[in-house]
Amino acid sequence: MAVLRPAGDFDTSYEQDMSVIRKRWQWVALLLFLAALFALPAYAPEPAVSLVNRIGIAIIAVQGLNILTGYTGQISLGQAAFMTVGAYISALLVGQAGWSFFLALPVAGLGAGLVGLLFGLPSLRVKGFYLVMATLSAQFIIPWLTRNTFPNLLNGAQGMNVPVPVIKLPVIANTCFLGTTFDPETAVCLYRFATPNEFIYITLVVLIISTVVALNISRSRLGRAFISVRDNDLAAELLGVNLFAYKLRAFFIAAVYAGVAGAMLAHNLRHVNSQTVGLIDSILFMGMLVVGGLGSNLGPIFGATLVTLLEELATVLTPILITLMPDIAGGATAALRPLIFGLALMLFLIFEPRGLAYRWTLIKAAWRLRPYAR
Amino acid sequence: MTPSAQFLEVDNVSLYFGGNAALCDVNFHVEQGEILAIIGPNGAGKTSMLNCISGFYRPQKGRILYKQRDLTKTSTHQIASLGIARTFQNIALYTGLSTLDNLMAARHIHMQQNSLHSMLYWGRAQREEVTHRTYVEEIIDFLEIAHIRKAIVGALSYGLRKRVELGRALALEPELLLLDEPMAGMNVEEKEDMARFILDIHERRGTTIVLIEHDMGLVMDISDRVVVLDFGQKIAAGTPDEVRNDDKVIQAYLGQA
Repeated sequence: MAVLRPAGDFDTSYEQDMSVIRKRWQWVALLLFLAALFALPAYAPEPAVSLVNRIGIAIIAVQGLNILTGYTGQISLGQAAFMTVGAYISALLVGQAGWSFFLALPVAGLGAGLVGLLFGLPSLRVKGFYLVMATLSAQFIIPWLTRNTFPNLLNGAQGMNVPVPVIKLPVIANTCFLGTTFDPETAVCLYRFATPNEFIYITLVVLIISTVVALNISRSRLGRAFISVRDNDLAAELLGVNLFAYKLRAFFIAAVYAGVAGAMLAHNLRHVNSQTVGLIDSILFMGMLVVGGLGSNLGPIFGATLVTLLEELATVLTPILITLMPDIAGGATAALRPLIFGLALMLFLIFEPRGLAYRWTLIKAAWRLRPYAR
Repeated sequence: MTPSAQFLEVDNVSLYFGGNAALCDVNFHVEQGEILAIIGPNGAGKTSMLNCISGFYRPQKGRILYKQRDLTKTSTHQIASLGIARTFQNIALYTGLSTLDNLMAARHIHMQQNSLHSMLYWGRAQREEVTHRTYVEEIIDFLEIAHIRKAIVGALSYGLRKRVELGRALALEPELLLLDEPMAGMNVEEKEDMARFILDIHERRGTTIVLIEHDMGLVMDISDRVVVLDFGQKIAAGTPDEVRNDDKVIQAYLGQA
């Protein structure tokens, strides 16, 4: 869709034309929005902040899936399995080896990325439905491995407790800076990301980085190569794109995103086992992507937000339903979450298969054309 | 005939699909800087020939030498960086991208940035995007598609998509341009436009062009030499005038007298 602009609003350089945020007021709006998010613990109740944490982690996982499925067109149901890998790596590194969480987080991402590469190998040979089956195997193999291998290290099906992420700062001039508190035991300044109100800062910072990286991928050489693989793999190869290399790159990046999201989830929940995330989450991420819009940078943000809010709605509705209709309480109300998710997914597939992101561009276009657009 | 004089040499190429011979011991060469047309009735093997040159098919027998390099032993994605670009009979654009991005995607092989630069999009990567954007904009100007620069190509008309596809091939900066029926399904005016573009590309850039086309009048007008295929075999080659009066060619097109 061509971009509609008011008369006389021209770009005078290619940099300007290619920039994502073109106007000063857009920068101001973005910064205000981010400031409002960072200030969230100051005015929002803790359950709401906790919800934002969950949404943020889901967004990161879906952003990875968007690069793989939305841009490169390789459908994968392994995203939650790669989250498990990231979660375990970080749990081991921080919990057992005593690493800092902020060092373990990128390592967890890279580790999950390598596992993702392994499960991306079939993409050279198989496409579509068959690739789904191949990636699905990750969803069974990886949780099984965590349950049944290295019982002393991974503690089998019970899983592990994961420590709280902490920042350690040296004591400068007998005072602790940046909101840290003095810890008499180790004689350093500590900041513990224990509650949602503290963890939110990790979520937001990682989310900003992951969004910027995803955005940069989509507008540069790498992203165009991904999209050419999706839109016409034969033409892409004849135009010099090494199909296999780029499919693997997409799998790697998607799994890195998943690994980071998984590590964050583990430290947020403070516990990880093979059930922390599972097949249902992989399907949920795919659903979020469809609802938000495949192959759009806003898609994961819209989709993960809406679907997580709908799930939350289900949890709110369930006790009400039980009070209203005690006879069907139990079985039917327990099914409310998947029911709402399924309904939302179905309605989107029928009425807006291009997702909320496309709807958003329509709304923006209509706003620019007001009062003439309906 | 010295070996180095050959720009592209198709040497005894045979291609089979199961028991069917799509190409049977086909020999011809392309000289640097010429426009060569491949013609023939439907199913003669013209597109198969082009697919062999562009690396999409691997012939079972024979060699295709491009500047002394055997294309049948080169992996498909490397052929583009040797300077060979093509368009497709059934347009094979990246339908979800804009015209501009389709052309930018073809700059892939000319860009230096690696995946990490792409992710950071800082300094060098951004400057590189601008440099290549400038190059692509020249092609957009040349093909007169500036008005659809930011339109998603999936929504464009057939004639425009054909033109965008030509633009995408040009963005590869090819020395050898393979055009598979660039004027199929066009009206006279569109055909004339396309012929003008092809001649302009040939003159301005000195690009060697191999094209498949069914419009005989047009083929005879713009090509330097013509190769005629029928049932996978080369039945004639030469200047348009020679081919026009060749008995075998007349037979292939009109049937036995």
